Amino acid sequence: MSFAARLPGYVVTALALATLLAAAAFSLFLGRVNISPAELWSGLVSPNANLAGLVVTELRLPRAILAILVGASLGLSGAVLQGVLRNPLAEPGLLGVSNGAAVGAVISIYFGLAHAFSLATPLLGMAGAMAAGALTFAFGRSSTLTLILAGAAVSSLMSAFLAMALNFAPSPYAAYEMSVWMLGSLAERSWDHIFLAAPFIAAGVAILATMGRAVDALALGDVQAQSLGIHLDRTRILALLGVGLAVGAATSVTGSVSFIGLVAPHLVRPFVGHQPSRTLLPSALLGATLLLLADIGTRVIHTNTELRLGVLTSLLGAPFFFWLIVRLRKTAP
Amino acid sequence: MSRLAADHVTVRRGGRAIVNDVSFETADGGGFVALVGANGAGKSTLLSVLAGLIKPDAGAASLDGAPIAGMDRRDLARRRAYLPQNPYAEWPITVERLVALGLTPHLPAFGGLPGGLEPRLTRALEACDLADRRSQAATTLSGGELGRAMLARALIGEPQVLIVDEPTAGLDPRHTLDAMQRLRRLADGGKLVIAALHDVTLAARYSTHLMALKGGRLEAFGPTAEALTPGLLRRIFEVEARITGAAGATIVDYLAGEADAATGRSA
Repeated sequence: MSFAARLPGYVVTALALATLLAAAAFSLFLGRVNISPAELWSGLVSPNANLAGLVVTELRLPRAILAILVGASLGLSGAVLQGVLRNPLAEPGLLGVSNGAAVGAVISIYFGLAHAFSLATPLLGMAGAMAAGALTFAFGRSSTLTLILAGAAVSSLMSAFLAMALNFAPSPYAAYEMSVWMLGSLAERSWDHIFLAAPFIAAGVAILATMGRAVDALALGDVQAQSLGIHLDRTRILALLGVGLAVGAATSVTGSVSFIGLVAPHLVRPFVGHQPSRTLLPSALLGATLLLLADIGTRVIHTNTELRLGVLTSLLGAPFFFWLIVRLRKTAP
Repeated sequence: MSRLAADHVTVRRGGRAIVNDVSFETADGGGFVALVGANGAGKSTLLSVLAGLIKPDAGAASLDGAPIAGMDRRDLARRRAYLPQNPYAEWPITVERLVALGLTPHLPAFGGLPGGLEPRLTRALEACDLADRRSQAATTLSGGELGRAMLARALIGEPQVLIVDEPTAGLDPRHTLDAMQRLRRLADGGKLVIAALHDVTLAARYSTHLMALKGGRLEAFGPTAEALTPGLLRRIFEVEARITGAAGATIVDYLAGEADAATGRSA
C-alpha cells in the first residue's frame, strides 16, 4: 500500500482544509486593484469606509466565498455521483442539472429579465436545474444505467434549448451575453448572489453529506448494496436532489464550470484508500480549492478580454481527462 | 431459529412465470440446502425472493414466520446475508474495508468502524484465511481470494441465514472444495445456508437438503440422501445419470448415450 493511503482521515481533511484556507487568503490579496496586504489589513480593521476595505468586503470576499461554495458543491456532487453511479467519468453535469440551470439563465437573458431585475438569472437558473433534475429522475429512476441514459438525454435536450435560444436571440448583443454567461465567471457577483444561492447549496450539501454509507456499500454493486439494507431508489432520489440543489444553485449564479466535479474526487481517492465515503468531505474541500485557484488564474493571467472561469477549468481539466483514460487503460484487466 | 419458508411464491417476467407456485419450509436448527436445476429453471430468481430483493408477484416468503417483503431492510440485512453470482468490488478498496462493508446494517449513519467491531473484523478475516491480505486492494485479488473475501463480508455480520448464488462459479477444484467445506461448517454450526449449485456431485457430498427446480416449479425438496435419485436428475436435467459411492463420497455421472433416449430423440 502506498504512503498516501496510510494517512489517517483527519490528516487528509486537515491538509485539504489548510490548502483551501491558503488559497482563500491568496484570493483576497489578488486583483485588478493592486493593494498591499498591510494596506488591506489596515483598511479592513479601520472603522471608516475606505477603498481598500471596500475592495475586500464588496468585491474580493464575496468572490472568494462564492468560489468556495460553488467549488465545494461541484467537488462533493462529483464524489457522490461517481460513488452512486460507480462510473469514474461521472460529474455533476451528467444528470442534466447544469445544462438545465444554463437554459433557465439564458431564458432570463433572452427576455431581457436580467436587466430589469438582476437576480432573475440565478432564480430562473435554479428553476431550470430543478426541472431538468425532475425530468432525469422521472425517466431514470429504475436503475443506474437508465439514470445515466436519462441524464444524457436531458442534457442534450437542454443543449438543444440553449442552441435554440442563441439561434433566435433577439439581438446580437443578447446572443453574445448568453454565450459569455455560459462560459462561467465569478466576476461581478455580489453578496445578493451568495444570499440567494447559499441556502440551496447548503441544503444540497447537507443531503449529499448523508450518503456516505450508501456510496460505500455500492462499491459492491447494486444487488449487494440492496442486500445490505441500502434503499437503492431512495439513494438515487437523494443523489439527484442533492446535486440538483447544490449544482443547480451554483451553476445558476456562476454559469457552467466543468471538470472540477470530475477531477476533485479522483485526486482525493488515492489519499483515502479509495473508500467512497471518505472521498466526500476532502472532495468538497479540494473542489473549493481548485475553483479558487482557477479564479485566481483568471485574474493573474492578463488578457484583453476577461479569461472566463469555465474556459480555464476546461483547458486545465481536459488534459486530466486524457490522463484518466490512460490510467484506466493501464489498470483495466 | 432460522426458518425460511415460501408460500405459493410466483414471479412473472414478460408474461412467463420464472418461479411458479413454489412452497416449502426449512427445518429449524439450520442446514445446508443445495438448490439445483437446469439453466433458466429459476434458481437465481427464487434466491432473490428468499433474500428479500425481489417482491414475488404472488405468494410470500417468510423468515421465522414473518413475511420478508414487509420487514425493515436493515433488520433483514442483519439476519440474512446474500451473495450474488460473481460478486465484485468496484473500487480498489482494501480487503479489510470490503469485509467490513458486511457490517453496514449494524453501523450508525456516520463515522468509521466503532472500535468494538474491530476484533470481529480480524476474526472474519482469519476465518477465511485473509489475515495476510488485509491491506491489499480487493481488485488485485485472485478469483478464489475474492470469493473468500466476499464470504467473509457475508459472514462478518453473523447472519442466521446465508443465501449464496453459485458460490463455486469460476473457482478451481481446491477453492471449490474449500468453499463447500466452509458452507457446510456454517450449517453444522446451526446456520441455514441456501446455495444454488450447478455441480450435483458437490451438492450430493456437502448439502444436508436438496431442493430441485424445473421450469420454475419445485420438483423436489428433502434430505439430500433421499431426494437425490436418477429419476429426479432425469426430470430436471433431461439426462440419464448414475449415482455411485457411499455417503460423503457420492459421484454423479451423466450418461451421454441415454440422454438422447431421455429427450425422446431415438424414440
